[in-house]
Amino acid sequence: MNTILLLAAKEVREGLRNRWVLAATGLLAALALTLAFLGSAPTGTVGAGALDVTVVSLASLTIFIVPLIALLISHDAIVGEIDRGTMTLLLSYPVRRSQVLFGKFFGHIAILAFATCVGYGLAAVALIATGIAAGAGSWAAFMAMTASSVLLGAVFVAIGYLVSALVVDRGTAGGIAIAIWLVFVVLYDMALLGVLVADKGQFVGGGVLDALLLFNPTDAYRLLNLAGSGDIAAASGMAGTVQSAALAPAALVAALAAWVAAPMALAALAFSRREL
Amino acid sequence: MSLNVELKSVARRYGRVRAVDDVSFSAGPGEVIALVGHNGAGKTTLIKLMLGLARPTSGSVAVLGQDPAAGDSAVRRRLGYLPETVSFNPALTGRETLRFYVRLKGGRKDEEGALLERLGLAHAADRRVGTYSKGMRQRLGLAQAMIGTPAILLLDEPTTGLDPELRQQFYAIVREMQAAGATVLLSSHALNELEGNAGRVVIMNEGRKIADGTLDELRHIAKLPTKIRLKTAEGGARRLRQWMGEPAGLRQVNGHIVELDATPEDKAAFLRRTTGEGAPFEDLDMVPPGLDELYAHFLSARAAR
Repeated sequence: MNTILLLAAKEVREGLRNRWVLAATGLLAALALTLAFLGSAPTGTVGAGALDVTVVSLASLTIFIVPLIALLISHDAIVGEIDRGTMTLLLSYPVRRSQVLFGKFFGHIAILAFATCVGYGLAAVALIATGIAAGAGSWAAFMAMTASSVLLGAVFVAIGYLVSALVVDRGTAGGIAIAIWLVFVVLYDMALLGVLVADKGQFVGGGVLDALLLFNPTDAYRLLNLAGSGDIAAASGMAGTVQSAALAPAALVAALAAWVAAPMALAALAFSRREL
Repeated sequence: MSLNVELKSVARRYGRVRAVDDVSFSAGPGEVIALVGHNGAGKTTLIKLMLGLARPTSGSVAVLGQDPAAGDSAVRRRLGYLPETVSFNPALTGRETLRFYVRLKGGRKDEEGALLERLGLAHAADRRVGTYSKGMRQRLGLAQAMIGTPAILLLDEPTTGLDPELRQQFYAIVREMQAAGATVLLSSHALNELEGNAGRVVIMNEGRKIADGTLDELRHIAKLPTKIRLKTAEGGARRLRQWMGEPAGLRQVNGHIVELDATPEDKAAFLRRTTGEGAPFEDLDMVPPGLDELYAHFLSARAAR
């Protein structure tokens, strides 16, 4: 455990020194603040609170940005260290390969969690400072959104490690990471929409749709946050989806957790078999 | 004497490539052994086998009595390793980098400070590794290998990129570690610098061990001639050649220098003559076959077989 902490601490230190932490936090804070102020303008009296609107906007933002940041910091984790020769050195120490993998994982998650909590926290503070009243339910939704954003980041960190453990070349890892981001964030939903339109409800029923949504971690995240509570669902226009989709928040969180565990297990397997 | 490293007919294949093929050797405490060979001769693979980073296809490897691939942390703590190429994170300082490795190995508190001092990096300890020269980075790598005074040091091409002065410093450190009872295994293709620094030389070619012994033993096996160079006054070469009896293989370098390749027996006979009166030369140099010649000899002997 001590070794894992040591490796995680080194990852965080490197992240601070390479300005990854600063860049990620700054990016998330800037976008969150922009959305908080732009997003609260049009609410007026439609019944949705400013904070609810912010949660919806931030969740949509998260789907694009957080997986990208996670893949950027993780795709190089294994193949990069092998390339630099530091991996052979590290493994000549009393360190197991699984400890290397999990040490890096906790370090990268710490970086992501810091960036997300500070970035989105600043938006919340700014909203409070402007004197916006929001109910406890809205705050709970905000907290849940922030926490699940970190979880979504963990999913893509794990996927990034799997790529990093499999490929032989850093460039390849980068290319595959971008492709994965495109597929999960953009193409999957477009394809799904296309299928639904073409199918006209003949073959793809509610059950199949649920399964297809769980098959993409960003969709699981979207459902969890945009359709979470009544107010938010109304604000996001997802109220209809909530009624038709039979996915409880617990199932969605479990799906996201599985999306962390499975790639991590595969990455550990690939890494343990890899010849250095 | 217990052995620190023992390899028994070890082979390691990567697909159809035999990186290491039927290699056996052992090393005891206090030995400095040089692994010599071309690039791709199997030196690095051999070191990885000893580190447990690669598993042998056949044969057995024992390091400090254990199979290194089992990853016993007690064994790992007593190993020091310097990879052929390692680039530490340029954003961290030398002290931060070394402290990480000290803590990973469970080293003494502030061991990094002592090691940086010992390797002459104390003045740069709090500078980023990115600002280090190549020699400084190599010393940082060596410092890392010396954490915890290891019983076995595996150094892959440790002197590449070091200037002559740093090379001397490096071998001084190797001698210190040797005196403390460490087994030092270093790979190299800079052969001349091993003279006087490596007690034993293992010559590798295409994954096979083709020679193993002290430099003197290898010279004896190879029976390579010693080069004798005689210098006379200007224009005296002719008289010198007549005095020597115009032996076959005599080479006249210029008007006052001649060279002769002498087998060990010829050499002794020749030297006895030179101590007599009237030997017409002013100066005499004897150059024993260097590692370069030995290496070439063993390679060609192998090719001829």
